[in-house]
Amino acid sequence: MIRHLLSAGDLSRDDAVTVLDTATEMLSLADRTIKKSPVLRGRTVVNLFFEDSTRTRISFEAAAKRLSADVINFAAKGSSLSKGESLKDTALTLEAMGADAVVVRHGSSGAPHRLANSGWVRSTVVNAGDGTHEHPTQALLDAFTMRRHLGDLDGRRIAIVGDVLHSRVARSNALLLSTLGAEVTLVAPPTLLPVGIASWPVATSYDLDATLPKADAVMMLRVQRERMNDAYFPTVREYSRRYGLDARRMGLLPEHSLVMHPGPMIRGMEISADVADSPRSVIVEQVSNGVAVRMAVLYLLLSGSSHDSSDSEPQEDDA
Amino acid sequence: MTGYLIKGARIEGGDQADLLLRDGVVAEVGSGLSAAGAEVVDADGLVALPGLVDLHTHLREPGREDAETVETGTQAAARGGFTAVHAMANTDPVADTAGVVEQVWRLGREAGYCDVRPVGAVTVGLGGERLAELGAMADSAAAVRVFSDDGRCVSDAVLMRRALEYVKAFDGVVAQHAQEPRLTEDAQMNEGELSGVLGLTGWPAVAEEAIIARDCLLSAHVGSRLHVCHVSTAGSVEIVRWAKGKGWAVTAEVTPHHLLLTDELATTYDPVYKVNPPLRTHDDVEALREGLADGTIDCVATDHAPHPSEDKDCEWAAAAFGMLGLETALSVVQEAMVETGLLDWAGVADRMSARPARIGRVEDHGRGLEAGAPAQLTLVDPSARRPVDPADSASLSRNTPYARRELPGRVVGTFLRGRPTVLDGKLQ
Repeated sequence: MIRHLLSAGDLSRDDAVTVLDTATEMLSLADRTIKKSPVLRGRTVVNLFFEDSTRTRISFEAAAKRLSADVINFAAKGSSLSKGESLKDTALTLEAMGADAVVVRHGSSGAPHRLANSGWVRSTVVNAGDGTHEHPTQALLDAFTMRRHLGDLDGRRIAIVGDVLHSRVARSNALLLSTLGAEVTLVAPPTLLPVGIASWPVATSYDLDATLPKADAVMMLRVQRERMNDAYFPTVREYSRRYGLDARRMGLLPEHSLVMHPGPMIRGMEISADVADSPRSVIVEQVSNGVAVRMAVLYLLLSGSSHDSSDSEPQEDDA
Repeated sequence: MTGYLIKGARIEGGDQADLLLRDGVVAEVGSGLSAAGAEVVDADGLVALPGLVDLHTHLREPGREDAETVETGTQAAARGGFTAVHAMANTDPVADTAGVVEQVWRLGREAGYCDVRPVGAVTVGLGGERLAELGAMADSAAAVRVFSDDGRCVSDAVLMRRALEYVKAFDGVVAQHAQEPRLTEDAQMNEGELSGVLGLTGWPAVAEEAIIARDCLLSAHVGSRLHVCHVSTAGSVEIVRWAKGKGWAVTAEVTPHHLLLTDELATTYDPVYKVNPPLRTHDDVEALREGLADGTIDCVATDHAPHPSEDKDCEWAAAAFGMLGLETALSVVQEAMVETGLLDWAGVADRMSARPARIGRVEDHGRGLEAGAPAQLTLVDPSARRPVDPADSASLSRNTPYARRELPGRVVGTFLRGRPTVLDGKLQ
């Protein structure tokens, strides 16, 4: 197993399958009366959040606590860009506290990468979303949710729709789903697809209606209204008409297809309320699966690390 | 002791000769020279070049003396083989008045390591709105001839036109930092395959090329000299080649780092590789080397940009743009241009001394190593190889992108008006 989880692209197919299979076991813990396992007893997990994200933070917190780790929440709001304490000084503080794992959310792309590779800390670093770069545990929970409904993802067709340019969820999903053998199509207006996307392991389309009839799952990305001020699209209404998922479009999907959204949703913009609440929607399930997947990630990264812990059952050596 | 007798140096990489430096000039060139009282410098195996001239240096004084001072910056310049540097105007206060440019010029004279030619700001406070008093700076003791808002682009076409016209009165040149501002808002790295993958906002080549094309047309229209700073893309080279083909008075520079490094380095997210304009692709590097070799690009200019560690020891977006360059420039040019066979040492002398001196109208620099010429001279050992050690620098800053990388060549001696500023590789 890798030492840090910085990018979904760091995971080999075997690694990814190991995480997803482990997450299945973790999910079964949730059905027991005592929802706690002792495997990370005595280990310290720090949630270092430079950006507000209550849902991601509590998901990691619940995951670490169910594995009996000590959890410290460090809300370092206001990045070094706004004259706060620098990333480096924050990292040195965490190192002094003896953190085994740092779960980091940061507004700047690459900040977890810096934390892991600059020599400031020895802890394992888990990327909980960095700028417009990646959000690998979100991709893992999305893949986990898809696997539970669709089985093996090899050859499955997944459409990811919306603001790909600014989406860390899209980047991580494109990488992970391709690794797992799925055929990913990114659907967006041309302004919201990054330059150089031809080199990604995905197909692209500007036409949502043409993509939906073949999709096994469709994942809607959040689109900020403010983007229209930068001329990415003319108006909210026009965006919704061309790229929003409403009941008519949902009717184009095959019977078994899933509707997904990483949250937070803007109902009426990228997804209509009736679609979000429909039986096809697995949006709420994505959230609950998030805890199991993050348990699996923390368990595999920490039990594979060099620290001794009598309660852990190392499965794989630190590569 | 009177003067220095340099024995057996290969003049611009050609034949070996002795050089007698006396009274600030090259007194004699020949073989088997002897001179009573002169200190002898054994230059067997060394290449003698005219003292290097940098058109683009950030000395940071006044205002950011924690990053660099005129003294430390010119020490770094001397160690890199430079005898003249142009100090960019983006200081605090901005070098937009005769008072500030004279202060910088005088600090350079007092330090004595290198001639400092201040660059004057084109617009007041680099604000891009009103012309600074260009004439006053030209008439000052600093005798400014190069004007630039470097770090910012003079993006207003009317203002750029007026500046180009106005400096004709004193044979000035406007050095443009070509960056269309709206196309580069929050830009972090070259826009291409990697920016999309890394989630860093792209700085597209077109933002540079569109301004260069416009400025070339403006320069032709008003018949003025235009100099293009730090050309970084293949397209920019094409545009400059086209403008020169028309016979227009356009010159251009390229930095050492754009001749060697590519945007691949951004995958480390280490801001030591964050620079403006950004590192580009391998194809751009190839085009820049060809452009420098065929003379489309006139010269190498360092864009030496010191920053204190806290401005680089952070996440990418929070970091400052810029990298050190003075002490490694000649080595990088040796690796990128000489060892690839694209330029010989005479070509290096032309691109790093003669042409930049001519563009900046720097008298007494950039002349050949012949009897009677001012004794500005650099001795380089091309056979040396060294891993770059950031701690071994005269600069106050440590933001070199070449740390631990092995580079060829070593500056053994630098002479300013016949007096060594560096000898045996050490500052004098």
